[in-house]
Amino acid sequence: MGTLSFDIQKRFARGPTVRATLDLPLDQARVTVLYGPSGAGKTTVLRCLAGLDVSDSGYIRFGEERWFDSAARRFVPPQRRGIGLLFQDYALFPHLTVAENIGYALRRVAAGERATRVDEVARLLHIDDLLERRPGCLSGGQRQRVALGRALAPRPRLLLLDEPLSALDAPTREELRGELRALLERTGIPSIVVTHDRVEAMALGDRMVVLAEGGVRQVGAVHEVFSAPADLVVARVVGTENVAPASLVERRDGLALVAVGAARLWALDPGRLDGEAYACIRAEDVVLQPAPATATATSARNELVGTVRAATDEGPLVRVTLDCGFRLVALVTRSSARRLALAPGAPVAALVKAPAIRIVPRSPGERS
Amino acid sequence: MDLAALRLSVLLAVLNTLALLAIGLPIAHWLTTTRWRWKVLVEAVVALPLVLPPTVLGFYLLLAFSPRSPLGRGYFAATGRSLAFSFEGLLVGSIIYGLPFAVQPFTAALARVDQRLVEASYSLGEAPLLTFWRVSLPLALPGVIAGAVLAFAHTLGEFGMVLMVGGNIPGETRTLSISIFDAVEQLDYASAGRTSLLLLVVSFSVLVVTYSLQRRSLLA
Repeated sequence: MGTLSFDIQKRFARGPTVRATLDLPLDQARVTVLYGPSGAGKTTVLRCLAGLDVSDSGYIRFGEERWFDSAARRFVPPQRRGIGLLFQDYALFPHLTVAENIGYALRRVAAGERATRVDEVARLLHIDDLLERRPGCLSGGQRQRVALGRALAPRPRLLLLDEPLSALDAPTREELRGELRALLERTGIPSIVVTHDRVEAMALGDRMVVLAEGGVRQVGAVHEVFSAPADLVVARVVGTENVAPASLVERRDGLALVAVGAARLWALDPGRLDGEAYACIRAEDVVLQPAPATATATSARNELVGTVRAATDEGPLVRVTLDCGFRLVALVTRSSARRLALAPGAPVAALVKAPAIRIVPRSPGERS
Repeated sequence: MDLAALRLSVLLAVLNTLALLAIGLPIAHWLTTTRWRWKVLVEAVVALPLVLPPTVLGFYLLLAFSPRSPLGRGYFAATGRSLAFSFEGLLVGSIIYGLPFAVQPFTAALARVDQRLVEASYSLGEAPLLTFWRVSLPLALPGVIAGAVLAFAHTLGEFGMVLMVGGNIPGETRTLSISIFDAVEQLDYASAGRTSLLLLVVSFSVLVVTYSLQRRSLLA
């Protein structure tokens, strides 16, 4: 399909300058997460892509089309970009029914065909029993699905989602996260999701773009960005967290045994886990101790034996990178780093309690 | 009661309301969307009849309608009729005089429409004009109705400007309020009382309708 490339610059009267330059291949339908702290300009970038805001300078190219080019004074209005946009608070038309909302973009389509498409989209999103209702009497989760259906109905070429889950209460958010990922995969439409939520980024994204301090700092696979931040700004924004692809091996007593690299870890069973997932461990939660003389069996204590790859000072702490079947970063105090003689190549054991390992499922489990 | 004056007043009010919808909605839409820095000038011109004595407005209109002005001459050349002391002239005057009563509620109602709904419509491929028709107007409808009702009621009660521009020609420019003035001058208090009561009842009902519509639109 080509590439979405843009160079967006926008100055705000009493605020920062946002600048984002990026080339995103759109060949496979992939979900790109635009991640960053609030105020980094994520929404500005999304609005410029949608054509609702105009960049001060730069360009936006979608495949062969030029949507914006400040040098050539070219601007394609939002109506002609063929994008689907999901607003943070959904912006449903309050005076129209769910069916009319979903069919809004299909005004030029014959009535029969429109009804068929509305039904099709409503079934895909499990809202076919709500078609006659108005947005005012829908729950947050239902509203989100209607807004998504409205954006999907005209078969957009690119989906833009602005904090798609932030308007929901926590339990609904948990529930819809996995569903949204599966849906984005099924539609086959390349998507860009804006979020400042780490779990959301992990659960939804294939690719992650970190936007911070006025620019794009890093682009890469989600777990790569989390595990190997390119610079200190990214590290501060994504937090010191180990994120590694994990797959389920077995379940027992509310715990799940997952394979991470060459290691096996016991974690709390998040439920709805039957395929791809990420295992997340905060670097502060990793306890280091001298390597045991003999290897012990895997227990809920998750004792991992490995070697130190690198140790760097980070303020009062030392950041230790280990190889223990997968890449694991630990933050320890300087005194314990000295006591353990953590030099590259030294053997060491890492302890991670099962509750300290968070499993983020990436494809939803069977609906019960 | 002066039935010819009643008929004339109602006709004038109906035509004026329709004209104010046709002229006032685009002005209100423009005022809520433009980023032109001098839009206050337009707002001030629209609001001028609120503070200007009706006689002043009527005086300037009379000058503009006279056969010596380009407007009056042009209208006479096109229709063979004079704008001054005619129903058409009265209608033009009423439109200008009624503009703030229509445009201000329209603008307030349109400004309350969530801008993101408009943007959502754009992103769904709908053109600005059709977005106004499908999203902004339906959502602003209570305010638009309130403005139209106010304009209608205000036209019924106009006096100073009517007297200056229209004079007092039965069946042509003699409206209800002129007929009340006439009746009082002829000491026909019974007739003046009946007409006044009618206007009082109409005005009161109009205000009740307007306020209840505005309350509903605020709650919606």
